[in-house]
Amino acid sequence: MSTIVAPVIPARAAEARAGDRVHAVARVPAEYMNPYLAGIGLGLVLLSAYVVMGRGLGASGALSSLVAWSVNVVAPSHAQANEFYRGYLTSGVGHPLKEWLVFEVLGVMVGGFLSGHLAGRTRRMIERGPNVSVRARFGYAFVGGALMGIGAKLARGCTSGQALSGGAVLNAGSWAFMLMVFAGAYAMAWAVRRQWR
Amino acid sequence: MNAPFFKFGAFGDETSLLVAFVIGIGFGWFLERAGFGSAKKLVSQFYLNDLAVFKVMFTAIVTAMLGIFYLGWLGVLDLNLLYLSDTNLWPQIVGGLVLGVGFVVGGYCPGTSMVAIATGKIDALFFVGGVMFGVLAIGEAFPLVRGFYESGNLGRLTLPDVFHLSYGGVVFLVTLMALAGFAGAGWVERRFGGAAKEV
Repeated sequence: MSTIVAPVIPARAAEARAGDRVHAVARVPAEYMNPYLAGIGLGLVLLSAYVVMGRGLGASGALSSLVAWSVNVVAPSHAQANEFYRGYLTSGVGHPLKEWLVFEVLGVMVGGFLSGHLAGRTRRMIERGPNVSVRARFGYAFVGGALMGIGAKLARGCTSGQALSGGAVLNAGSWAFMLMVFAGAYAMAWAVRRQWR
Repeated sequence: MNAPFFKFGAFGDETSLLVAFVIGIGFGWFLERAGFGSAKKLVSQFYLNDLAVFKVMFTAIVTAMLGIFYLGWLGVLDLNLLYLSDTNLWPQIVGGLVLGVGFVVGGYCPGTSMVAIATGKIDALFFVGGVMFGVLAIGEAFPLVRGFYESGNLGRLTLPDVFHLSYGGVVFLVTLMALAGFAGAGWVERRFGGAAKEV
């Protein structure tokens, strides 16, 4: 833990020089929570979702609802002729965006902001290694996101909906998926190391 | 007291959205506390400098798994009413690989990117734009990919079914594996962490 302090400060200074507007300037960000404690907390949140709702957590599903709803606004007949979009358009409490995962993800943003704000970690910045331009980082983020969207739809969920939630109820497909996520990421890590190092 | 409460009619659909929001706050809170609003922290997992992703994820899985198992055993929680998506082996294997590549290229996953946006990361906005583009691509190509999407359907399938073991037996083995994994993660971090930690 102590080793992380020294390298982080020059990185922050370099980013500030690069013109990012800095909020909460004077505050030194708090250390992250012990990963095992954070894991227990996350596990109890997941458990509560199963006990209260009978379902797990999710994230990509909310973005899928948003995409399906948008396509339906732009081209209603096109959206309704497509079984993929129709699945999202017919779910929700009377409206495709009044969907469980949409409200859950809004909560995620509020919870993330509260935690980050109280720890002095909310500031406008671009996360990247020292050897990658801002434009390249945005490109990597978009391409990575697109792969993530495609993968999540094929797998019927992402790291939240499949790996975490399906993992806890010992869903066989979720465990197969989880192993492949780590395999894919480790296989690709070397090729994109310049983005982060 | 019968759980899942929602399935036993303890509250209606409108209230369930409020529940979703509150549970989401807890989810986002612990993701951020763990440092998962930061792409650099997340991808450190794949350069072996910091295995927090593995530790948090498996601690959470084991915590929830044990809770579900014991509440079921006590007869408080009806396990048959818990949502379990069908196993579609091939698309889940390919989807997992593609998603893993996207993770280390983009730096986030969908849930953590929401926390990243909430804490000011501009790159996470591009990531979420990418996710929506990917979903749109699958949506538009759905007539073409549908055959693959529905392939390898094994129905509702659990690890106890696959390995012909009891539910409790698998819970015990997963817990043991996780504990061994945590010990291994500590060893890996001592070996690959330290000077290279600034990834």
